[in-house]
Amino acid sequence: MKIGKNILAALALSLVAGAALAAGDVGEVKKQAVNVTAIIMFLAFVTATLGITYWAAQRTKTAKDFYAAGGGITGFQNGLAIAGDYMSAASFLGISGLVFINGYDGLIYSVGWLVGWPIIMFLMAEQLRNLGKYTYADVVSYRFQRVPMRTMAATGSLVVVILYLIGQMVGAGKLIQVLFGLDYAYAVTSVGILIILYVTFGGMLATTWVQIIKACLLLGGATIIAFGALYVATGGSMSPEALFRRATEIHAKKDALMRPGALVTSPIEAISLGLALMFGTAGLPHILMRFFTVPNATEARKSVFYATGFIGYFYILTFLIGFGAIVLLMPADSGFMVTNAKGVLELKGGQNMAAVNLAQAVGGNLLLGFISAVAFATILAVVSGLTLAGASAISHDLYANVFAHGNVNEQKEVRVSKMATLVLGVIAILLGIAFEQQNVAYMVGLTFAVAASANFPILIMSIFWSKMTTKGALLGGWLGLISSTLFVILGPTVWTDVLKLGDPIFPMKNPALFSMAISFLGIWLGSIMDNSENARQERASFEAQDVRCQTGIGAEGAASH
Amino acid sequence: MQQDLVHAIKSNPKYHQLLSKRKAFAWMLAIVMLVIYYGFILIVAFNKEFLGQPLSPGSITTVGIPVGLGVIVSAFVLTGIYVFRANSEFDRLTREIKEEVL
Repeated sequence: MKIGKNILAALALSLVAGAALAAGDVGEVKKQAVNVTAIIMFLAFVTATLGITYWAAQRTKTAKDFYAAGGGITGFQNGLAIAGDYMSAASFLGISGLVFINGYDGLIYSVGWLVGWPIIMFLMAEQLRNLGKYTYADVVSYRFQRVPMRTMAATGSLVVVILYLIGQMVGAGKLIQVLFGLDYAYAVTSVGILIILYVTFGGMLATTWVQIIKACLLLGGATIIAFGALYVATGGSMSPEALFRRATEIHAKKDALMRPGALVTSPIEAISLGLALMFGTAGLPHILMRFFTVPNATEARKSVFYATGFIGYFYILTFLIGFGAIVLLMPADSGFMVTNAKGVLELKGGQNMAAVNLAQAVGGNLLLGFISAVAFATILAVVSGLTLAGASAISHDLYANVFAHGNVNEQKEVRVSKMATLVLGVIAILLGIAFEQQNVAYMVGLTFAVAASANFPILIMSIFWSKMTTKGALLGGWLGLISSTLFVILGPTVWTDVLKLGDPIFPMKNPALFSMAISFLGIWLGSIMDNSENARQERASFEAQDVRCQTGIGAEGAASH
Repeated sequence: MQQDLVHAIKSNPKYHQLLSKRKAFAWMLAIVMLVIYYGFILIVAFNKEFLGQPLSPGSITTVGIPVGLGVIVSAFVLTGIYVFRANSEFDRLTREIKEEVL
């Protein structure tokens, strides 16, 4: 695909070309007709965000601008941006689809995604802000040996970013294929090109505003669908009781829809999944990075408060959307149910299209187009945040602090970061294409397990435990990274379902309970057995770190401009 | 940070007041959140009938609905409680410490 000088024109061209290609390609059942409203709305979003990127590029000059938007984002803005970074298209479509099929179980699942936020607030938000500069590796290398700690933290970041990217890119390609009738490869390439533009030119400032706009669009769109469906499904009474009653009359599960079902059968799996979701959230590099964009601890706390509110509201909406979809889509005569190859009646496009189909049922093609554009925007916002976090791990942690030992000028570091963005963007496109035919549902679980077992333990212990040493942190961090990855590969999801190698070697789907324990044990054991001179110094320097951590004296301030 | 500044801060009684108050408050709220969430998960695992009973006689809405939504709302409320106290009391203490030592 040729990219002309006018990137926007080229992109529009690629969309049109892809659409034309898709229109002639009737062989694929999943692909839908070209959705003109959706494409127009999406182009409006792209134009607006590229405009913002241009504006942000004028204001992005120093490294602090590039990595942390100059530290001048307010708590409210950052709260919205965090929500925009965190609420993925997968959770919007996946959870509403889960509610559509299983009812109450969807609510149990969504709760797990929220409860990590208060924990971040109470134990980490202000500490991160007071100790860090651009990446969470700043915090974990604060009083420890720079080279090995940065290397490990950057590896942990990159593993999480790449795994998350695969899931996002494959999801994006498939979703865009369904929503816009656009060819998979074109869809993945468009996403890759757009995020390269946002991040290289606009840095954190553009990324932040893309995430803020996306959060507003997604919350607005979901609100319209949820309450529109509630209105239509209850004949205007807006009573949830009436909605639930209609749903239980229609759904095959009947009254069982309203109580916990098969989702939580093994308490130990449930506890382990809960740990991964809760502490994995606190170990996602693209989320942690957002705390360095606010000027101080006060604003950092506010951002988590707003983010928790927006994300919680969003999950309540997905629950309503799932029930609205049962009432309005599930009846055989709704026009949204089709007979699949096995002769079974199923939702058009699959269960994950519940929210999208509901948009059409409630607001016709206009709302369908809007929500399709929102879903695309959602993917762009999440992928930009991930790419920026990955690029920062490469430029700020690996390049500037490991290879150049901190002796590098800012301009060069930012240039490396932009190159890293370009490379990551291309890698994301290639991974998206390589994994097209794979089932990537397990990637999210793996990502959160790794983040909870590799990144979170060293981060929390470096903040709170005065006796931790470099050796202990390295032992625990690497053990957490390796064990979580191995357990997922040897577990039922990958070993049995994906690789089809028979009975799993590791029995659990959710390994976080064990891999986190291994990581913390490694940190503890490695630290208490370390009697080196380095260890003594590291323990002694906890005092100064703690004073800065607690008071913010000496912390990075906002840029003056 | 210079060693004498660290000592000046550490010997300030307000610093210890800030630390002990904030630590107790933050960990208490974190434990409350963990108890609420894992309490919910354990009820789901061991007492599905409790969540499945009607909220009031004849209603289709079950006890599980307000309980599940309650967990979501509690996460928001707990962060709100923390911000309210931290951004007033703890920030005031921090400001006073800074004024005294810097």
